[in-house]
Amino acid sequence: MAAEPLLEVSNLVKHFPIKEGLLIEREVARVEAVDDVSFSVQPGETLGLVGESGCGKSTLCRTILQLLAPTSGSVRFEGREIAGLSHRRLRPLRREMQMIFQDPYASLNPRKRVGQIVGDPLKLQGIASGAELRAQVQELLERVGLSSEHYNRYPHEFSGGQRQRIGIARALALRPKLIVADEPVSALDVSIQAQIINLLDDLQDEFGLTYIFVAHDLGVVRHVSDRIAVMYLGKVVENAPADRLYSHPVHPYTAALLSAVPIPDPRENRARHQTVLEGDVPSPIDPPSACRFHTRCPRATEICSSEEPELKTHGPDGHLAACHHPLEEASRPEVAGSASA
Amino acid sequence: MSARPESGAPAGSATISDGNLLNVADLSVRFATEDGLLKAVDGVSFDVGSSEILAIVGESGSGKSVTAQTIMGLTRSPNAQIEGSIRFRDKELTGLRDAELQDVRGKEIAMVFQDPMTSLNPVYRVGRQIVEAIRSHSEVPAEEAREKAIEMLAAVGIPAPESRVDNFPHEFSGGMRQRAMIAMGLALEPSLLIADEPSTALDVTIQAQIIRLIQRLNQERGLAVILITHDLGVVAEIADRVLVMYAGKAVEQGTLDEIFYDPQHPYTWGLLGSLTRLDRPRPRRLPQIKGLPPSLLAPPTGCSFRPRCPHAFGRCTEPPSLEARLSEAPQHMDRCWKSPDEKRELRNVEGRIGLRSEA
Repeated sequence: MAAEPLLEVSNLVKHFPIKEGLLIEREVARVEAVDDVSFSVQPGETLGLVGESGCGKSTLCRTILQLLAPTSGSVRFEGREIAGLSHRRLRPLRREMQMIFQDPYASLNPRKRVGQIVGDPLKLQGIASGAELRAQVQELLERVGLSSEHYNRYPHEFSGGQRQRIGIARALALRPKLIVADEPVSALDVSIQAQIINLLDDLQDEFGLTYIFVAHDLGVVRHVSDRIAVMYLGKVVENAPADRLYSHPVHPYTAALLSAVPIPDPRENRARHQTVLEGDVPSPIDPPSACRFHTRCPRATEICSSEEPELKTHGPDGHLAACHHPLEEASRPEVAGSASA
Repeated sequence: MSARPESGAPAGSATISDGNLLNVADLSVRFATEDGLLKAVDGVSFDVGSSEILAIVGESGSGKSVTAQTIMGLTRSPNAQIEGSIRFRDKELTGLRDAELQDVRGKEIAMVFQDPMTSLNPVYRVGRQIVEAIRSHSEVPAEEAREKAIEMLAAVGIPAPESRVDNFPHEFSGGMRQRAMIAMGLALEPSLLIADEPSTALDVTIQAQIIRLIQRLNQERGLAVILITHDLGVVAEIADRVLVMYAGKAVEQGTLDEIFYDPQHPYTWGLLGSLTRLDRPRPRRLPQIKGLPPSLLAPPTGCSFRPRCPHAFGRCTEPPSLEARLSEAPQHMDRCWKSPDEKRELRNVEGRIGLRSEA
């Protein structure tokens, strides 16, 4: 923890205004997609980001990469403030931060050849051209488990898993320090998921990459992450080392998420008691007051709707959670993994 | 409470009753495409007993959805060749004319599709769509059908169904839309529900709600379910029996416990092994199945899993038949040439069931 973090996000806010009016637009409401989020990522670490759909995971990723301008707050990359930088000043930094997208079908231009897709970042940043560009791209293709003959093919000639490899090669082309992977395996079949996760793992070791890994599959996130941040309606409600989060969840929302994951073991399933969260995630346009989870929380009391809980330390290694009624050993429901920890 | 009614005992005993609801025998579905004949389903046979939950497991392209759609008569088209038999309560469905099939479809067998975002019509109110389903099968006054729609929405756990019935689909969340689809499917009180990846597009918390709902309907109404999924976690929660499909063929079938604790086919091992389990310490690397699923236009000769199987040997060039290879479990069938004793040895990878990375 002593080293300087590669990425430091503090009090980051992203609100989308909802406007009405013909000539003079008035702001009538706001979608509070990301609200006061802080965390840091150490070099070489993988931070997992989990939460239900609509909780602001993807918006957070885009805001960190400055693909969306933050409403307020700070994003420091290698100690340097990048929030609010102009496009021109951001450009050399783009090389350091790349993204892998969820949908391997929509994220590759169907009219471009693989060689172009992977090679364009190199060309745009003026790193290589001509024969050298081609050699570099072919090397990248081989590195991600494709063949150099794929250089002249089009995306439609590839399966989902292979396309995701092309997306990875493109992200890797500029030798970035940080890769933000937004649900990189959720569109893939189980047997292919494992291949892509192992590939990402190897690349991390080889190039010393730092990942922010977004997924809704808690099993996948645990496998890849060193630390995990749990989001609910735009807020980080718990942030802990991966193993600790699964063995000692503090926030009732984390516990409910873990409990909802089916265990692929019939006997253990019959034996365990599952807590099922009722209802849906409330709208981020008018989120519940104070603790945003209080409308679905089994432990909620009066204070939860009047006073917002702060992120506080609840354990070793910077285990943070924002809850008035954190789970203690005795009251912790049966969660997958608690037995083996 | 994941327990099934009186399920202290393994699920095996209660299954394969004489009164089977659905018998699928040697079903083959081929599509003529520009690139040649595509064998989507190749000789698949299975039964579903009344109030039983059968899970069909496999990756995309394994033929599981085509099997389900063929039961519903949804794959009938000029370029499709359908062979084999689908018997529902002693009625052969493959030979029925479209109009006759209409009496079975929706009324006796209902289907819920994967994507709740696109399977409701966005320009009609949810209630109207349920009413339409009811009235196309029985001559019920509109008012009565509407009452029924409200009752069904309540039964699947939609809050304030009296007002929700007049909402448009976009006013529903993903989980609510999937509930509305299930309500629509159940409105005519079918005896079999085919659910094609009903929870895949949903968050884990909502997935847990939908699984509970299906489980409750199965227990309270004796609804038989064919659950199509790739998620073995979901299967472990609610299925009685499991059919594993690979490249259009059934490669293994058995009771829930047989498939999870004594799997006989290397592909099943691979599926079980590549799961990221929350209840186990995490492995350094995820076990993976090498390669890609085969093309259905030109499936490999012999065992279709052979190109990806680390245990393949000479005999695998000969196609193995689906048969019971264990004397103690006559209903547990698989398509693999290896002997059960050898397989029990081979599937053990670092203390758990999995597929070895090299032979």
